Amino acid sequence: MKILVPIKQVPDTATQVKIGADPKGIDTTGITWIVSPYDEYAVEEALRIKEKRGQGEVVAVTLGSERAKEALRSCLAMGADRALHLSDPAWENADTLTVARALAAVIKQEAPQLVLFGRQAIDDDMGAMPAQVAELLGWPCASWIMEETISDDGKSVRAGRQVEGALDIFNIPLPCVLSAQKGLNEPRYPTLKGIMGAKKKEIKDVKAADLGLAADGAQLLVVALEALPPRPPGRVIPGEPAEAVKELVRSLREDAKAI
Amino acid sequence: MKIELTDEQQMIQALARDFAEKEVKPIAAQLDAEARFPHETVKRMGELGLMGIAVPETYGGSGADTVAYVLALEEIAKVCASHAVIMSVNNSLYCDPVLKYGTEEQRKKFLAPFASGQQIGCFALTEPQAGSDATNQHTLAVGDGDGYVLNGRKVFVTNGREASAALVFGQTDPAKAHHGISAFLVEKGTPGFLVPKVEDKLGIRASDTAEFVFEECRVPAANRLGAEGMGFKIAMSALDGGRIGIAAQALGIAAGALELSLAYAKERKSFGVPIAQHQMVQWMLADMATAIDAARLLIWRAAALKDGGRPFGLDASMAKLFASEMAMKVTTDAIQVHGGYGYIKEYQVERYFRSVRERNDGRA
Repeated sequence: MKILVPIKQVPDTATQVKIGADPKGIDTTGITWIVSPYDEYAVEEALRIKEKRGQGEVVAVTLGSERAKEALRSCLAMGADRALHLSDPAWENADTLTVARALAAVIKQEAPQLVLFGRQAIDDDMGAMPAQVAELLGWPCASWIMEETISDDGKSVRAGRQVEGALDIFNIPLPCVLSAQKGLNEPRYPTLKGIMGAKKKEIKDVKAADLGLAADGAQLLVVALEALPPRPPGRVIPGEPAEAVKELVRSLREDAKAI
Repeated sequence: MKIELTDEQQMIQALARDFAEKEVKPIAAQLDAEARFPHETVKRMGELGLMGIAVPETYGGSGADTVAYVLALEEIAKVCASHAVIMSVNNSLYCDPVLKYGTEEQRKKFLAPFASGQQIGCFALTEPQAGSDATNQHTLAVGDGDGYVLNGRKVFVTNGREASAALVFGQTDPAKAHHGISAFLVEKGTPGFLVPKVEDKLGIRASDTAEFVFEECRVPAANRLGAEGMGFKIAMSALDGGRIGIAAQALGIAAGALELSLAYAKERKSFGVPIAQHQMVQWMLADMATAIDAARLLIWRAAALKDGGRPFGLDASMAKLFASEMAMKVTTDAIQVHGGYGYIKEYQVERYFRSVRERNDGRA
C-alpha cells in the first residue's frame, strides 16, 4: 500500500514568536525548525501501517523553501521511503488553496491509496489542508482521527475520531484522506542508522510545471500580523482563605461567568 | 577553515537532545539517589544506536563518526552524567578497540551485540597499584595450551557489574615490562572471573564501578585481542579515544549546569530584580558560557582529527584536561549562582558538581 504524508516545516514549539520587520511574517532569526508535531503522528501511523502489512511505501511530501528539505530528511530518518519537495517561484506567497491544488496534483500523479495529514500545522493553525485536498480529489475525508485499521483486503479503512463523550467510527473506502489527532500514536525517535541512511534516500524536486500547474495568484492574502494586547494583570483576592474562596467563586460565577 | 556540522551530525545531536530531555532528565536525580543502573533507558539508547555510534553498520553500529559521538554524549551528559559514562565506556573504551584490533570472528562475537546495545562492554586496565602508572600491571596471563590463565585484580571498572564482556589487560611476559602486556576479551560467567565488589561513589552513582578478581581464569587464545605484547598499545590507543569521551562528558555536565544556572538567575530575585541583572552574576554566567564553548571547540577538533584518520592524542589530552578543569569551575560557580539553594538536592546543581569531580581524576 502506498501512503502519502504531506508535512509542513514549522518553528519549534518552544519558539518565542516575534513579528518580523515585515509585519506580514515572523522574525525567523534563531528559530529551530521542526516537522509539525501533528504531521509526525501522520508519518508514524503511515510507517505502522506499512510495518503491519509487511509491505508498502511511505512517501513524505512538502511544499516550501529549500530549508523545508530538512523536515523531509527527518521523515526519511524516521523511516519514510522517499520524499517529494514541491518548490517553485510560482508557489511563493501561496495561500492554502494554491498549496492544496499542488498537493492534489502530486497526489494524482503518485496515486497513493491513503493520504495521511496532521490535523493542522502548528504555525498558522489553519487546518484547511486535509479538507481542501480531499475536496479537490473528490475523495472522502475523516479528520482528527484517534485510531485507524486498514481492512485486510486493503480496500477500506475503519477510522475513529473523538467526539464529545464518544468515538465516532467510520468505514471509509480507499483511497481517502485522513488527518491525525494527538493520541493516534506515539511517534518514534529516528534511529542513528535511520539518520545515516536518510541521505541515501531520494528527495525529488517537483516544480509547478511538472504538475501542469501555473502560478494562480493567492486569494487569501496576509495583510499583517498584529501583536496581541498584553494580558491584563491577575487579581489577588486578599483575606482569610475561607472568605477569599467565597469571593473567588462569586467572581468566577458572576464576573468571569466561567462556572 | 570551516566549523560546520553536517546534516547527519545535527540530526543526531537533535535526537540525543530530545531523548535526553524526554526520557533521561525526568529520572536522573532519582537514579543518582538510589545508585540504580538505568537498564531500561540504556536499552533504548542501544536501540537508537547511541551505544556504538562510530562503529560501522556491518558490526552492529550506527556508521556515524566521532563528532556525532561527542555531540550526542554532550546532550546526554547535560541531563545525566551516569547515562553518559555508561555510553562513553561502551563506545570508546570497549567497541573502539575491538573494532580496531579485533579479528573478523571477534568483531562478530564481541562487537556486534555490544555496538547495538544488546550487551554492554567494559575496560579493565587499572589495578590497585597501577592507575596512571598503567605499565605496572600485576595481572598475569600465562599461556597454557590453547589459552591463557589469568590471575590478578582490577579496580574502578566502569560498567563492571552490568557488562557481559570485559577487555582485560594482563602480563603475558613480565620480563618485557609493558611490552609484555596483552589484551583479552573475557566473558562474564567464565569460571574464575569474579566481581567481588561494587563501589559506593560520590557522584555518577547510577553507573556501576566494580572490582574484578581473576582466579585461575581460563581464557581461550581466540579471545586475545591483537598480538601478544600489543596490549599496552591497544590500551593507550583506546584511552586516546576515551579522553575525547571524558572531555565530552565534562562539557555536557558543565553545559547542563549553566542551563540550570541561567534559568535560576532569571527567576530568582534579590534587591527587587532577577539576580541575572546583577553584574557579578552576569560575569559568572558569561565566564561559564565562554569556558564551555572553548572546551567544545577543543573537543570538536580532537574528534574531527580522529575522524580524519590524523593523529589526535595530544588534542584529546588537551581537550580532556581543559574540559575537566573547566567543568569543575563551572559547576562550582553554578552552585554559587544558586546561593544556598545550590547546596540543596532539589536544585540539581549539586549532582552536577558531584558528577564532575570524577572527571578530574586520572588526568593521564
